[in-house]
Amino acid sequence: MAPRLEVCGLTVELPTRAGWIGPVKDVSFELAAGETLGIVGESGSGKTMLALALMGLHPPGARRRGEAWLHRAAGNGGSGPGNRFDLLSAREREMRALRGREISMVFQEPMTALNPVLRVGTQIEEAIRVHRPDLARSEVRRHALEAMKHAAIPEPQRRARQYPHQLSGGLRQRAMIAIALAAGPSVLIADEPTTALDMTVQKQILDLLQALGGELKLSLLFITHDLGIVGQIADRVAVMYAGRIVEEGPAAKVLRHPRHPYTEGLIRAAPRLARERLESIPGAVPALDHLPPGCAFAPRCSHRVAECDARVPDLIRAAEDPENHRARCILMR
Amino acid sequence: MSDQALLEVRGLRKSFAVSAGVLARGERAASRRAMAVDGVTFSVAKGETLGIVGESGCGKTTLARMIVRLIEPDSGEIRFRGHDWLRAHGAELRALRGRIQMVFQDPVASLNARMRVGAMVEEPLAIHEPRLRRADRQARAAQMLQAVGLGADSLARYPHEFSGGQRQRIGIARALVLRPDLVVADEPVSALDVSVGSQILELLVLLRREFSLTLILISHSLPVVAQLSTHVAVMQSGRFVETGPIEQVLESPQHPYTEALIAAVPKLVV
Repeated sequence: MAPRLEVCGLTVELPTRAGWIGPVKDVSFELAAGETLGIVGESGSGKTMLALALMGLHPPGARRRGEAWLHRAAGNGGSGPGNRFDLLSAREREMRALRGREISMVFQEPMTALNPVLRVGTQIEEAIRVHRPDLARSEVRRHALEAMKHAAIPEPQRRARQYPHQLSGGLRQRAMIAIALAAGPSVLIADEPTTALDMTVQKQILDLLQALGGELKLSLLFITHDLGIVGQIADRVAVMYAGRIVEEGPAAKVLRHPRHPYTEGLIRAAPRLARERLESIPGAVPALDHLPPGCAFAPRCSHRVAECDARVPDLIRAAEDPENHRARCILMR
Repeated sequence: MSDQALLEVRGLRKSFAVSAGVLARGERAASRRAMAVDGVTFSVAKGETLGIVGESGCGKTTLARMIVRLIEPDSGEIRFRGHDWLRAHGAELRALRGRIQMVFQDPVASLNARMRVGAMVEEPLAIHEPRLRRADRQARAAQMLQAVGLGADSLARYPHEFSGGQRQRIGIARALVLRPDLVVADEPVSALDVSVGSQILELLVLLRREFSLTLILISHSLPVVAQLSTHVAVMQSGRFVETGPIEQVLESPQHPYTEALIAAVPKLVV
């Protein structure tokens, strides 16, 4: 099946006083219909900048290179050359037509992402009206209630009349999901959508997103710092470190048999219920303007050899691995 | 309660006024009260680590603040090292304050942005051990910063020059510099990345041994609590719904809410 989202060699660079820095470097991946790809990384890994660059919401002055193609779903008007969009060269006017309609985003903070002085229903209706100015008012309202039902908001009629402060954190995030889904996009980017929520509420939101993947054939790019969440929701996972994907593969494979020392370290560092000895990764994430010449993880790596500092390793496929499981490490050879 | 209990809390209660809104009139304007902590009783023996786990709004931060007496309870009793902690005043209060210290959640907001790190870690000494000479104070601060993994060069620097994990280390150094008997840590790693957070948890384990600390660790995350605690209290709507040794609670939870918390922990491999 053709992918919905195809990213090839995406690089994002930001101007600083010290020169250009690259929060996203040479990132490539494909996202199929109904598939969930988990992007895992710590702060500064570039995972949020990757999402913003795809949405065209990167900071002014940033420059993007590479390719990012969005393929329109068959139901939204068939396939063919006219049905793929170049996200990197689209003008702002074109991007505005795509955002919400083809590709949507859910942000981390449901508190700050919603407008406090507008009713929840109004905000969901707005997302529909932008793309369907022809619809009658009653029709817009019907679509909004539909979106609220998809987001599993109980008593949607009543909730639509309420303001964001009257909703709990979990319900606010459901309202954000309803806004993101209102105009029927085929790709949803969720950036740490459950980080601000309690664990039991987080589980509900994850279950919801998973259900939507099946029900609406939604392709989900799920960005998180939490490997545990990835294990629960993602089909495939890409681990980012200092702007690059350092490991990529089927989620179960990557979590059970990590091939990159950083992934292995992250898995060991994640607190679990079992009271094993904690093992943290020594050192800290390098600053983007002080990256080592070779592998960015080398200074913290227990397997480091001289070759690691020679140049940035390629993403290498494990020879004995039939599935597409790759890691950016010289140990792979 | 045992004689060796360092801290004994009995029937602690705290409620806050809930405003009905500026436009409310008559009966509705009479403010209602929300019970933040609703009759909590427990004790912590020397050397124990009590983990208090619960979700937002359960009252765990209010409880932490009452334990260190940042806010006063409506009713209840706290005995600390045998003293009536809630009635302590004057010299007794000042002396006891130095024995209970707190580590805060937000490593940015809890440090004074305009103070050098050295001065910040020295300040508790200047207050509680005023007879200490300046040079000794500086030496103690440098020593403590080293114990939390920060070099001597950090003394003259400002908080913004440090990463989140390093700032949390500064907060820990400031809490430990008085060698307190009890440290209350309120969500010490929830603002940090996983790999940095685990470094801080590792550090707390190390310091606990080195300084024979008694610790109250408050967190929304059961896995974080499980890593450090000897005992755990599960808090819901202002009450402890389950308490016990950590292994026992994790292996055979008795309360449905504890079960729900355990079930909500994402499994790494499904």
